[in-house]
Amino acid sequence: MATVKNSELEKEHLVHHDHVHDHDDHEESFVQKYVFSQDHKMISRQFLITAVVMAVIAMTMSVIFRMQLAWPGEKFGFINAMLGDKWGKDGILDPNMYLALVTIHGTIMVFFVLTGGLSGTFANLLIPYQVGARDMASGFLNMLSYWFFFVSSVIMTASLFIDDGPASAGWTIYPPLSALPEAIPGSKLGMTLWLVSMTLFVVSSLLGGINYVVTVLNLRTKGMKMTRMPLTVWAFLITAILGVLSFPVLVSCVVLLLCDRSLGTSFYLSDIYIGGRPLDNVGGSPVLFEHLFWFLGHPEVYIVLLPALGITSEVIATSSRKPIFGYRAMIGSMLAIGFLSFIVWGHHMFMTGMNPFLGSVFVFTTLLIAIPSAVKAFNYITTMWKGNIQFTPAMLFSIGLVSSFITGGVTGIILADSTLDINVHDTYFVVAHFHIVMGLSAIFGMFAGVYHWFPKMFLRMMNKKLGYVHFWITLTMAYGVFFPMHFLGLAGVPRRYYTNSNFPMFDNLVDINEIVTICAIIGALGQGVFLFNFFYSIFRGEKAPQNPWNSNTLEWTTPMAHIHGNWPGSLPVVHRWAYDYSKPGKEKDFVVQTVPLEEGEQDGDSH
Amino acid sequence: MNFLVLLAIVLLIIAGHQLLRVIELSRGLKKTKEWKVTETDNNMMGRAMFAFMIVFFAFFFWQVNRWMDRSLPPAASVHGEKIDALWDANIYLITVIFLVTNFFLFWFAYKYRGTDKTKASYITHNNKLEMAWTIVPAIALAFIVIFGLKYWNEIMTTADAPDRVVVELYAKQFDWSARYPGKDGKLGETDYRQIDGGNAMGMDTSDAAGFDDLANIKNEIHIPVNREIELLMRSRDVIHSAFLPHFRAQMNCVPGMVTTFKFIANKTSAQMKKDPYVLKMMAGINTQRAKFGKDPVEFDYLLLCNKICGASHYNMQMNVIVDTEADYQAWLAKQKVFKTAVAAK
Ligand code: HEM
Ligand SMILES: [Cu+2]
Ligand SMILES: [Cu+2]
Repeated sequence: MATVKNSELEKEHLVHHDHVHDHDDHEESFVQKYVFSQDHKMISRQFLITAVVMAVIAMTMSVIFRMQLAWPGEKFGFINAMLGDKWGKDGILDPNMYLALVTIHGTIMVFFVLTGGLSGTFANLLIPYQVGARDMASGFLNMLSYWFFFVSSVIMTASLFIDDGPASAGWTIYPPLSALPEAIPGSKLGMTLWLVSMTLFVVSSLLGGINYVVTVLNLRTKGMKMTRMPLTVWAFLITAILGVLSFPVLVSCVVLLLCDRSLGTSFYLSDIYIGGRPLDNVGGSPVLFEHLFWFLGHPEVYIVLLPALGITSEVIATSSRKPIFGYRAMIGSMLAIGFLSFIVWGHHMFMTGMNPFLGSVFVFTTLLIAIPSAVKAFNYITTMWKGNIQFTPAMLFSIGLVSSFITGGVTGIILADSTLDINVHDTYFVVAHFHIVMGLSAIFGMFAGVYHWFPKMFLRMMNKKLGYVHFWITLTMAYGVFFPMHFLGLAGVPRRYYTNSNFPMFDNLVDINEIVTICAIIGALGQGVFLFNFFYSIFRGEKAPQNPWNSNTLEWTTPMAHIHGNWPGSLPVVHRWAYDYSKPGKEKDFVVQTVPLEEGEQDGDSH
Repeated sequence: MNFLVLLAIVLLIIAGHQLLRVIELSRGLKKTKEWKVTETDNNMMGRAMFAFMIVFFAFFFWQVNRWMDRSLPPAASVHGEKIDALWDANIYLITVIFLVTNFFLFWFAYKYRGTDKTKASYITHNNKLEMAWTIVPAIALAFIVIFGLKYWNEIMTTADAPDRVVVELYAKQFDWSARYPGKDGKLGETDYRQIDGGNAMGMDTSDAAGFDDLANIKNEIHIPVNREIELLMRSRDVIHSAFLPHFRAQMNCVPGMVTTFKFIANKTSAQMKKDPYVLKMMAGINTQRAKFGKDPVEFDYLLLCNKICGASHYNMQMNVIVDTEADYQAWLAKQKVFKTAVAAK
């Protein structure tokens, strides 16, 4: 089946080229080429630009609510200008809007930037390129995937402008808060829009995911054995499988919530008295919702993280001019993480009233997952050992990723221990943990990917010095924001508080909150350097050479033009793994995957 | 505040200026391939990596030194003391891992920064090393699991001390109420449909067991020292979470369910107010309050809401007073009995 499919595509391609000798243009209209494009390279750019816009929105929100936390009650023209008189009267943030901002910030960052944006951009760009395929298995579904993503982004953003404000029950939208319009204004129309938007998002993610899996399994070019694939492709494959298996559960979770909200069912509701009257609902349980939500929710954190780890594997190996250390162990640990990530969700629920015995099981599985995670971190560090490291901006961000993955990962060990979780659950300690391990790592991975593959995406180079400036501002400010949060958690500060000033016990934490906010503001401004570099380079950057980083993978064998079908003429044939950097006896310090093995030469790490 | 705005503006201007300069420079250098990483870059960035590590670690220790004694005071409950001990052991372990692995990461970045002359070594894997770093964490984690679960099982078993005190916490948007059983030692049944002004906790008025309950207690609850407290938790509307950080106790309050948590407070409020750690902490708090023009305060145990529950989630609090047995009994005697409370209405 696999070979049939590929050769069919191949035939079609060659026939095509008998008629049109120029690859560039099949007289596609503007709409075909830039809007409803079915080309993986264009779709990848569409995902990236959308994600950048969403990221800017979410980042601006975080600056607003951080200002409120550091200087509660202070009047800011900025807040009034951003939110208007309704939500930012006299420049003071409204408490309901505070919760709404936190909710939408989390939702956009987790789903739209780090899931849709990260996988959508790089799986689309790299899977066909790196396995040697003309395009995705289904260009049409791929196009749909982007447009569902686009529409869901528009709906989520539009919900910011409605009268009662957007959803505001936290990105985890636990009912009954999210189910009852009486409970919070955000649970009126805003919540409905959130649910609709997320459902469309899941559709997008499934269309994308199925495509990624099929393309990797069926459209690999000749010689591209699974064990020769770059780790990026392995990461996208496992991510896609996780998504396909877990996102549908989120849909069930969301549909039941929609029923409770509009059809009067009682999946999650029971014994509630609100708005001056008892509700009829009996027999439901919010704990059921939590199970369903986290059954997606935990795999989701790996859906966010694995692509970033895949990108980093590639960048660290290329920039260290060394093979990735323990290629097979890296695949093994990704598979282990992928499997285990389905049986750890309960570690988010130790304090929810779930049976404590069940909690014990999740303690065990969660600590198991720490082992493959540790193996990955060690392998990255050893890849750099005895390397000849070239500090491209992408490499800097990859090192940043390894650092934040460790720094945030170790506190996971504490949180996974249900006994220790009792007192830090839902405090800022958790906020610190998941921002560092998931937020920072994945964002760093995304930046690494953008800097590294920009030449393939836009055929131009980004400015290196601006990349350096961007990296150092981002790394230092990111730690400045999230490290002190551990100490807020140790002092017992709960998450999602509009202000800490109502409890005398938190009065001596003012300086921590100020440091966090100041770092957040500087860090946010620092992203201006990136935005400038990004958009400027798209139009005015230096023209990129074919293989600027001296990489081994197939995408760098394509011509520096966006041609339909990626390779003019026939597809490349693969003869070796992707990591022959600095191989003894070779003239250069890299050997592209298409170079045949010499007599008696060993392939890969098999010896 | 104005100063900060000014600072931000100045920084913006500097950043903008730098940006333009860099671009102009790079434009001038266009033919030399600005994007290419040179040996000079590698030297600079490699050193920067090492310097960053030093700054990062210094920042870490600075924070520990400055903020560690603003953490919660030592646990005021029996199981909490065990949690603290376990916490310390784990924190030391992960701090070592954090420092050592980050050290190797940044040190390698510095040490193996690229040059034009050197070549990387072709090393693909090393089975022994990989076995070692799989097995060692596995063993360490096994210990963490064993101790963690041992305590977890002790903490989470149902309350069974014969002389235990039952306290019901009832959460609603946005306050707490409490209920204690009366002489019969039993809490009456509840029925959320019967909630009204006089029956704010939704007690079943047809259940005689509830008539003598001490209900609708607001703002402050008292518990005796050194006796097992069995908390039973309910919610009227959305999920809340009863968080008693000083006792290392937390449990969600879920509509439709009764959740539980048990603990033994082992320091009275009066004792805690004199604890040296607490005194120092309160001094810090009161210095800060003075700056805001707020009155000084004394230490109190607190019950907070720790699950997002709506607009005033940030302000759901109740004081908890740990009394000697005698003081507790005296307080209890003053609480209103449910039936008379209803009658009075
Ligand atoms: C070393 C392995 C890790 C362990 C043992 C671990 C464990 C945990 C635990 C137990 C919690 C729940 C804490 C609580 O709610 O009180 C948690 C929260 C979280 N973790 Fe991890 N984690 C690990 C790595 C990761 C990674 C790699 C990611 C991201 C890719 C991640 C993302 C998150 C997120 C998003 C939350 C917050 C959930 C919430 O909203 O409450 N964790 N982690
Ligand atoms: Cu999780
Ligand atoms: Cu609450």
